[in-house]
Amino acid sequence: MAEPQRARPKPTPETQHFWDGTKAGELRLQRCDACAHVYFPPRPFCPSCASRKVSIFKASGKGFLYSYVINHRPAAPGFTPPYAIAVVELDEGPRMMSNIIDCPQTPEALELDMKLEVAFEALDDKITLPVFRPAKG
Amino acid sequence: MRRNQVAVVGAAETTELGVIPNASQLQLHADAALNAIADAGLRLSDIDGFATAVETPQQVCHYLGIKPTWVDGTSVGGCSFMLHVRHAAAAIEAGLCKTVLITHAESGKSMIGKLPRSTPADSLNGQFEAPYGVYGPPSMFPIPVLRFMKTYGITHEQLASVAVVQREWAAKNPRAMMKDPITVADVLNSRMIAYPFRLLQCCLVTDGGGALILTSADRARDFPRKPVYIMGTGESVETPMVSQMETFNSSRAFKTAGPLAFKEAGIAHKDVDHLMIYDAFAHLPLFGLGDLGFMSYEETGKFIADGNTRPGAKLPLNTNGGGLSYMHSGMYGMYALQESVRQMRGIAPAQVPNAKISVCHGVGGMFAASGTIVFTNER
Repeated sequence: MAEPQRARPKPTPETQHFWDGTKAGELRLQRCDACAHVYFPPRPFCPSCASRKVSIFKASGKGFLYSYVINHRPAAPGFTPPYAIAVVELDEGPRMMSNIIDCPQTPEALELDMKLEVAFEALDDKITLPVFRPAKG
Repeated sequence: MRRNQVAVVGAAETTELGVIPNASQLQLHADAALNAIADAGLRLSDIDGFATAVETPQQVCHYLGIKPTWVDGTSVGGCSFMLHVRHAAAAIEAGLCKTVLITHAESGKSMIGKLPRSTPADSLNGQFEAPYGVYGPPSMFPIPVLRFMKTYGITHEQLASVAVVQREWAAKNPRAMMKDPITVADVLNSRMIAYPFRLLQCCLVTDGGGALILTSADRARDFPRKPVYIMGTGESVETPMVSQMETFNSSRAFKTAGPLAFKEAGIAHKDVDHLMIYDAFAHLPLFGLGDLGFMSYEETGKFIADGNTRPGAKLPLNTNGGGLSYMHSGMYGMYALQESVRQMRGIAPAQVPNAKISVCHGVGGMFAASGTIVFTNER
């Protein structure tokens, strides 16, 4: 029997642009045309002012480590513990859950507020996940 | 809502708590309900209002043989029962029903007849959290705590002391699962679950249930038990995605529900004799003490570590031992409510002498939801 797989996102009409973006190597956010609020996760209206006039834009992919846990047990299918489950605050404002790559999964290496940049990890030919690594320079 | 117009007149937990391999989840609902009905001196046919969570009202009502004219299936996680109390009080005051039964039960350990919990791959959680390896509450609930610690200067030792102090309370409760004394070192040397939290900072996983019966304060005088009045209530929700909380330095749902209940009750913090703060994990009492306005967030860790919430100290907190040591079937809110009612009746195993006001604060679905009830035994 095959190993249990890592949970795979299934896009909806409201989130398809996000997953199309990651596949193209872009982290896409949305900005309200009326009040300029930048938000995540995706939806076709502004959760701050309720305007339906919103635009999709390519985010910088830069942010910092807001908080995390290092999960030991139980481990999710497809993960080898210990692994960090992080929340990244993007320079544009929104936060998102992610994993931190190219970095030891230890409290010493994972310092709160450390600068991060987005990277893209293809799960299959349909879904590419945005993950983050310590920013260079 | 007007204060002290509705009272708890029946309260009971399941006959057994802990590991119950001989009953399904649905039967545990019934066991708790029958115990509460006996406690109130009622018959099932007296119940005309019903609320429960996870299981549906129709499922439990049919199993018990109840024919309600008012139901509430609010299911927002472990604090659902705080919300049920609030909604039931409003319904009784509005005349929609007279006698409300609220049940909770969960075969959390034995998993008999327990409904599966799943996260659909096309839900927002399924798309934006599940792929990063979250797997159950231990991997999600503690995610804010490192930020909270850094912002307010809270130490690992202080967070460990939450478990130590609650074990002291549990030792006084014969029905508590874990009663042996522990030290801060024991906590910090226990098995790592999700850094920074170790085994002894995470709730138990047990089987059990509980039920409450509410009626109008005027009717409550005719019941066998001392009425426990609903003095104030509050509720709110924020987000089912822990990553999308407004901040990790507090809980918006806590900060909405808690002050609402205090305001409705017309009480100040110094009036609180007894406090329950739902402790699925060790950081929750710190969030609660800060968000409910008992003290600054910076003081919360030291306050507990210095022993101010211990037996005999000035702010008795989680006096049954909490989710960390008493029991935690998955949705602990009902057990916190049961302990508040016991304290107000004056029959708790670790009774706080002369306690007149009890605040019971719940959390649900990680930090998704919150409900706060202020109880009093004086009308």
